[in-house]
This record gives sequence, structure tokens and C-alpha cells, in this order.
Amino acid sequence: MSHHHGHESAKVSRRVFLQRSALGAAAIAITPAGALLNSSEAWALDVKGLKPETMKTLILVARDIFPHDKVPDRFYAVAMKSYDEAAAKDPAAKASTEAFVAALDGAAGAGGYAGKAWEAERVAILRTHEADPMFGAIRGGLVVSLYNNPDVWPIFGYEGESYSKGGYLERGFNDLDWL
Amino acid sequence: MVAKFDSNDDSVVVIIGSGAGGGTLGNELAQKGVKVVILEAGARTEYTDFINDEWSSFTQLAWTDMRTTSGSWRVHKDFGNLPAWIVKSVGGSTVHWAGASLRFQEHEFKTATTYGHLKGANLLDWPVTLAEMEPYYARAEDKMGVTRTNNLPGLPGNNNFKVLKAGADKLGYKECHTGRMAINSVERDDRNSCHQTGFCFQGCKWGAKWSTLYVEIPKGEKTGNLEVRPDSHVAQIEHDASGKVTGVVYFDKAGKMQRQKARIVAVAGNSIESPRLLLNSASAKFPDGLANSSGQVGRNYMRHMTGSVYAVFDKPVHMYRGTTMAGIVRDEAKHDPKRGFVGGYEMETLSLGLPFMAAFLNPGAWGREFTTALDGYSNMAGMWLVGEDMPQETNRISLSDAKDKWGLPVANVHFDDHPNDVAMRNHGYAQGKALYEAVGATRVFPTPPYPSTHNLGTNRMSEKPRDGVVNKNGQTHDIANLFISDGSQFTTGGAENPTLTIVSLAIRQAEFIANQMKANVI
Repeated sequence: MSHHHGHESAKVSRRVFLQRSALGAAAIAITPAGALLNSSEAWALDVKGLKPETMKTLILVARDIFPHDKVPDRFYAVAMKSYDEAAAKDPAAKASTEAFVAALDGAAGAGGYAGKAWEAERVAILRTHEADPMFGAIRGGLVVSLYNNPDVWPIFGYEGESYSKGGYLERGFNDLDWL
Repeated sequence: MVAKFDSNDDSVVVIIGSGAGGGTLGNELAQKGVKVVILEAGARTEYTDFINDEWSSFTQLAWTDMRTTSGSWRVHKDFGNLPAWIVKSVGGSTVHWAGASLRFQEHEFKTATTYGHLKGANLLDWPVTLAEMEPYYARAEDKMGVTRTNNLPGLPGNNNFKVLKAGADKLGYKECHTGRMAINSVERDDRNSCHQTGFCFQGCKWGAKWSTLYVEIPKGEKTGNLEVRPDSHVAQIEHDASGKVTGVVYFDKAGKMQRQKARIVAVAGNSIESPRLLLNSASAKFPDGLANSSGQVGRNYMRHMTGSVYAVFDKPVHMYRGTTMAGIVRDEAKHDPKRGFVGGYEMETLSLGLPFMAAFLNPGAWGREFTTALDGYSNMAGMWLVGEDMPQETNRISLSDAKDKWGLPVANVHFDDHPNDVAMRNHGYAQGKALYEAVGATRVFPTPPYPSTHNLGTNRMSEKPRDGVVNKNGQTHDIANLFISDGSQFTTGGAENPTLTIVSLAIRQAEFIANQMKANVI
């Protein structure tokens, strides 16, 4: 992913600005060039295989499946990148991913899945698609692609690799003091 | 000079598997001057190459060869091709085990006598007693450096243990401590002491935890009598016209078929592969598989009543800091049918890293109810329940329609809980919840059993040949020079983690085999 600060923001249209502010945590805009831009987190993502709107919706779906308010969007974006990469290589993968998102958009009605402002409304749509193999694949994949990211671990207080630091013998293995 | 035996040398003992049973048996026989070849399906990864990362380590060490499952157990639904989390590497599951080393209780060797008849439960007394096992338990504890034995101090209590102990005290439990662990609490046997690293399940990079990989096997190799061949996947055991086994066929690293002759074969591939191997070795003379006149090969599969209880508090715990299994409450391990079930269970602290917690806390779950649990990760404490599950004939390893890359049927693992298992698990969940709530837990999560790390009973010991597969020496009833040396020997599972009993049986079996060889009986 690349960081486009001043250069991209000059191109951000009014429509994009309104989309961004309406959705709170899912503050991803689509640039005129068709990339995804999250200005508040300062990252952009080139979308190669899927439609930009599809990729944006997928990132929102990922967050709705495993919502963590303290986890920035970029972790969900990284977790779902493989769907764009697969779509760029394989027309069948592209078709099934686009179809899944189209089904969610259809169930949502006007404004699509990403247009539903309340998480509860979006989750209700996901529940009706739980049996869809694509839902199961996304959910199962996220268990690893979201949570097995060492950069996300500090948000949860997990400290990761330990041997090179001498284990926890001198690093608080028994520092609990409230019992 | 490390031994290397010729494939036509029919004077060797061939052991299949290098874990708690196979690795220990190999060393014990080598020390007695017996020539041994251990064939291990996995690679030889030394402890310096273990990885402090849950998924990477899983890829490095776990047995992921194809298996199928059936039955009403949740593992079939959530992990259909991963019924067990065991190791495919030299050292077997002693590489990734937690180190808990508990002796069986006296009555657990005679459950048919003690518990009586339970509908659907294939209970049977072991053909050995605790009294007969005690000298071997003592030798195993010394060999493994078990804490709280042989004047070895217990390990210090980590944060997860502090929560357990405080809760146990509040509930009035009397037997709560940091366990009898085969992890050096002091430097011993030329190995480091524990550094509370928190990746016990990924292999101990300090060598502080006992494992056949870096304890039994190097000691055996030093005698010049032990050869370990990794990347050697045994496919079949062969026999002659009289029924005596003559050797094994295995596939080497290049996938080429090899044959190793043997005077004696000991099977120690853990409780799924061992019966599978006997069944796949069926012949005209033994159409139901080797050593299967009783029909019990593969049957009575046990995985212990397990489940976990995790709890979230409003202050930090950091349970992952330190030994993965850091403490135990033993009060519920007794047999007390007033609780509504026979047999008992141990409560042992357990921790998972964030990646595995996401995978195993509630497989299949999603949404805020699940994610708010993970949000509490650094304030979480946890325990694992290990209890005696009932042997059932219908819980079994059988040959699947699916085949491995060499065209041999893979194992299917069928399992249904017995009502006694369910009652015991529910009791354990309730007690775990009560323990954590007694010290301020705000949320408690009863967690379903993981892919089985304790796999037992599928070639069980019996007094009478019609009731089981092996006798009290692990010698198959049907074939005098064919032995079983792993946890598949277990007649019943007890409430205790199995490794100490497997090692003790292997020490005892080595004596028997060496004596029989010396007397030219086998």
C-alpha cells in the first residue's frame, strides 16, 4: 500500500468527501482514479481485480464479521487484499466475489450494503447469507488474515515472540498484583 | 559413531514412531544393548529451530496428513479433517506437549470393578495395577525431571496461575499448585531451566521441557545401538506364513518404497495411525488386520472429556506470559458419583496466543458477541478440563474411503460423547465458571473441545484376548513379536494427562522385551 497525502487529497471530490464522513469507522473513499483512500489513517490501496466499490464493501464486510472498534481499517483492508489479487488473476474468482457482494447489495436495496449506516442492519443482511460458501470462506480466512498479523497484536495486548527476549522470567510473567 | 543398520538385518527391533512411547522404548532398549531402528514419519527438526509463532509452528510440526471424521462430536463439524493436534516430527507429541506428568489413581486401573456397568461404556479393568506401575512411574519421573518429585521444586506461579489459585481458595479447593511438570525448574540433566517463555506448545527452545527429541534419542544414539530414520512413513507390517512379523514397508523422503527386516516390531504411531497401520496390514492370513482377533483394533477411541473455560476480568492478566500449563486443581479428579457421573477431571491452567484464541475460542462464531470476548484478551485467564471419558466400541478408528498419496486408506475417526462425558463436562464448565467468578470475572466462556491432543485406547490392554489387542506387556495377544508402545494401549483414559503413563509403560516394556530376547523366547 502507498501513502498519498497532499497529492491525492487535492483530487478528492465533494462526493467522495461526503461518503467518507457519513460512514464513521468505515471511512474509505474511492478516488477518481479508482483506488481506495483512507485519509484519516493515511493509506491508499490500489484495486486491481475487483471494482473499487466491491473492494470497499468487502473491507466493510470484514469489519462487520469481526468488529473491533480499536482496530483501524487498514488491518481489515490487508486481510481482504487476497480477494482482489485472486480476482486479478482468475476470472472465476472475480465473478464469484463480485456476485457475493452484489447479492449483499441487492439485499440492502438502495445505497447498497455499504450505504446502510447501522452495523446492526448490515449484520442482519450477513446473517441471511451465512450459509453462502463465500461467507464461510471469508469468515474462515479472516481468522488467520486478521488475527495472525503481528502488527495487530499490540492492540489486543499480545506480545508475540518471546524466546529472543529471554522469555518472560524477567518480563512480568507473574506481575499480577490485584489478587 | 551413530548406528546405521542394514535393511536386511533381521536382528533389530523396529519401532514405528519416536514419541513418548517409541522414543523412550528405543533409548531403554539401546541402553540394554539391543539394536533398534526407529522409523519416524516426520522430519528431524531440532529444538533450536522451533518457532515462537502459533501458525508457523503448526505448519512446521503438526500432523496434517489426511484424516476423515464422523460422529456427533463438534470437531467433526468444525475441523473435519483435523481430528487431532499431534506432532509429525522426531520426538512426536513430546515436542509440543505441555509437560503435565501425573500418575493414574489406583481405581483408574480398575474402572469396570469401581464404576460398575454403564450402558454403552465398554469399561474394562487394566491387566496391571497401580502397585505394579509404581516403580516405573518413579523411574519415569526421575528420567523426565518431574517437578515436585525427586526433591525438585515446583515451577513458580505465573499470572494465569495466580488467578486459578485465588479462585480455588475461594471455592475451598484443597489441592491447587503449579503442577507436576516435566519442565526443569532448575538446570538438570545438562538442560536449561524454564524461562517462562509461553510457547510450550510450539516446542521448548530452551530444552527445559522433557522431550524424546533432545533427551531420550541422543542418549540412545550415544550407545551406538539406536538408529533414527526420519522422513520414513511406515505403510505396512509384514509377516510370514506362521504369522510372525518379519519387517515393515515404508516410504522414504524421496517417496521410494523401502523394506526393513525386524526381529520384533513395536508400533508407536499414536492412537490414530497405530490401529490404521494394523488394519492396513491385513493379509490373507489376517483379513481383519494384524492382531485383530478380538475385533477391538481401532475401537474404544478416547480423547478425554475436555473443554476449556476462559474468563475476562476488568484488570490485566497477560496469561500468555509463562508456561502454557502453569497450574492445576486436583480436587475434582476423584471418583464421586454424587456429582452425577463416574470418574473425575483435572482443572489445568491453559493459555493460547491471540491467533489460536481467535481460531478455537468458539469455532465458527462471528460478530460482536465473539469480538468483545477477544477484546478482553489481555485481561483473560483460562483453564483446560481433562477428565476420564468413557470407552465406547463405536468410537473408533477405521479405514476411510479416502486414500493417501501412496494409495492406502487413511484413518477415519468416529466419535460421539457418552452421557457421562457430557455430564462431567457440564460440571467442569460450571466449576470453572464459579472459580473465575469468585475472583471477579465479568464474562466466562465455556469453550468446546479442540482437535484432540490426547488420543488413547485404540489397541487396548486386556487380560483376555477377546477383550483387547495387547496383554499387560503391550505384546499383542495374537502375534508374539508384535508390540504396541503408545497411548493406544490404554484400557481406560483416567483423568490424568497420558504421557507419564506412556513413558512408564515403555520403560517396563523394554525390560520385558530385552528379557524375552535374551531368553530367545522372541
